[in-house]
Amino acid sequence: MEILRIDKVSLTLEGRQILKDLSLVVKEGSIHSILGINAAGKSSLAYLIMGCADYVPEKGKIFFAGNDITQLPLSKRAKIGITLAWQEPARFEGLTVKDYIMVGMKEKKEALIEEALHQVLLEPKDYLNRVVDRTLSGGERKRIELAAVYAMKPRLAILDEPDSGIDILALDDIIKLIKNLKKHGTTVLLITHREEVSEISDITSLMCSGLIVKEGETKDIVKYFKEKCVPCPTKIFPSQQNGEFRGGIIN
Amino acid sequence: MREDYEAMLKAYSEAGGTPDIFKNSNIAHLIIHKNKVIGKNLIKGLTIVPEETAWGIEINLKVEKGIKIENPVHLCFGVLTKEGIQEIKIKAKIEDNGGVKLLAHCIFPDAVKIVHKMDAEIEIGNDAYYEYKEVHYHGKIGGVEVIPQAKIKVGKNSHLLTNFSLLQGRVGVFDLNYETEILDNSSLNITTKIYGYGNDKIKIKEVGHLKGRNSRGLLKSRIVVKDEAESEIINELIATAPEARGHVDCVEIIQGNARAKAIPIVNVANEFAKVTHEAAIGRLDKKEIETLMSRGLDEEEAIDLIISKMLQ
Ligand SMILES: Nc1ncnc2c1ncn2[C@@H]1O[C@H](COP(=O)(O)OP(=O)(O)OP(=O)(O)O)[C@@H](O)[C@H]1O
Ligand SMILES: [Mg+2]
Repeated sequence: MEILRIDKVSLTLEGRQILKDLSLVVKEGSIHSILGINAAGKSSLAYLIMGCADYVPEKGKIFFAGNDITQLPLSKRAKIGITLAWQEPARFEGLTVKDYIMVGMKEKKEALIEEALHQVLLEPKDYLNRVVDRTLSGGERKRIELAAVYAMKPRLAILDEPDSGIDILALDDIIKLIKNLKKHGTTVLLITHREEVSEISDITSLMCSGLIVKEGETKDIVKYFKEKCVPCPTKIFPSQQNGEFRGGIIN
Repeated sequence: MREDYEAMLKAYSEAGGTPDIFKNSNIAHLIIHKNKVIGKNLIKGLTIVPEETAWGIEINLKVEKGIKIENPVHLCFGVLTKEGIQEIKIKAKIEDNGGVKLLAHCIFPDAVKIVHKMDAEIEIGNDAYYEYKEVHYHGKIGGVEVIPQAKIKVGKNSHLLTNFSLLQGRVGVFDLNYETEILDNSSLNITTKIYGYGNDKIKIKEVGHLKGRNSRGLLKSRIVVKDEAESEIINELIATAPEARGHVDCVEIIQGNARAKAIPIVNVANEFAKVTHEAAIGRLDKKEIETLMSRGLDEEEAIDLIISKMLQ
């Protein structure tokens, strides 16, 4: 069964077209990777699915669990089970790690907060009362972001580069956390650059210049990505040039 | 008198205080309603001499040489009627090697037309400390005019910490003026947190003079104004000694038709001193709000949470 369907959405920000007729289907219970170079539009797609204020598509529709959510505001989307681990998470003055993780939890259980912190290798007694402000390192902040998503138990977790800023030693644990999310029934839309991370996904979509250009088994897409995309030959929308891509899903 | 006492305790606990403190003989306290002392407890090494004046109280406070008062001294100033004037004059002296922490509650729960003036002159010796925390509770009408003024001199190897918060009920009109100066190896830490709404008017002027070698100063303000409220914050740090370091950190959040002004003044007259400042005025950060909304909070709930944690 599909949990998310994006149907030919276009997004323009400040006069620049960021997403163009983009379509994507995510199966419930899967780990679905989005792979793409910098500025491909991955984060913009994440914000659009989440429903952030400026990311309203001028065309196309978004369906979640069969319902049209195109007009649904951000917090309502979160309430029906969509959440986002931000690529560069916000900092808050005075808000503790415990407060922050608790925000999204339906049942505010201390044990679950601790379990979530253990998932990202942070010792609860050292972190629960730390403030989620500038005093946390980039990597610590990213881990807390993932812990918060884990504790929320969402139906769909969009993870925007969960591995960026995470050291190589902890990478395995982040991978484990993503697998655990899936085990608990969360569908994961995984935005990443790293092969080791995308390897765990059931399916991968390759994104380029605001389009999903190819979709399939992760190893095939990664191979294609390495051979054909880097360095990327396109700087403009592929559909506007005579290249291989014509837009929409090529499968 | 008894009735005033009971009423003060009730208002005190509504303003977040714990009245049981006043039963503890190890904890010094002073309770003043209008110009009457209605409760008092002293402990060894601490002298507090209150004297009634026509419109208030004059307090002489002294911490003797070498005495560090362990428990915070609780002060409670209030006017429980709708109208009135209360002028508090404090002269405090912390002798060398002495130290005290004061926790003051100023409560005007039914204020319609109340003026509360506080005039403090504080002298802190060498190797000494003075920590002063003041919490205000003004009720919902906003008929209060609060004018706190302080001149504080700090000796060597000492620290001064003040923490002022006005977060419950209306502000009314608020006009604070603190002037401080500190000598070698001493530190100064002034924090002010205020939440203004309705037609509240907030004016703050804090001056820190880092006079001594290797002195440290931090002026920190967190102000939130909404509706038609206005705020103006002047934070001034003057550094005239080598190795003096100072920082001004001012954040004002505005909502609705509120207006805010921040004037950080950095005044350095020694090539080996350094003072920095950051001042930010504006709406709350959109990303912070959206982050909390992506966890299921409504926009209002997200804003309330961010503001309450920032002001805490
Ligand atoms: N608010 C905006 N206004 C105008 N252009 C924008 C805006 N936000 C993003 N863009 C542009 O949209 C394109 C896609 O940005 P996006 O952040 O979605 O890329 P990304 O694939 O997430 O990149 P990265 O791998 O670097 O995170 C970029 O060219 C970016 O400059
Ligand atoms: Mg991105």
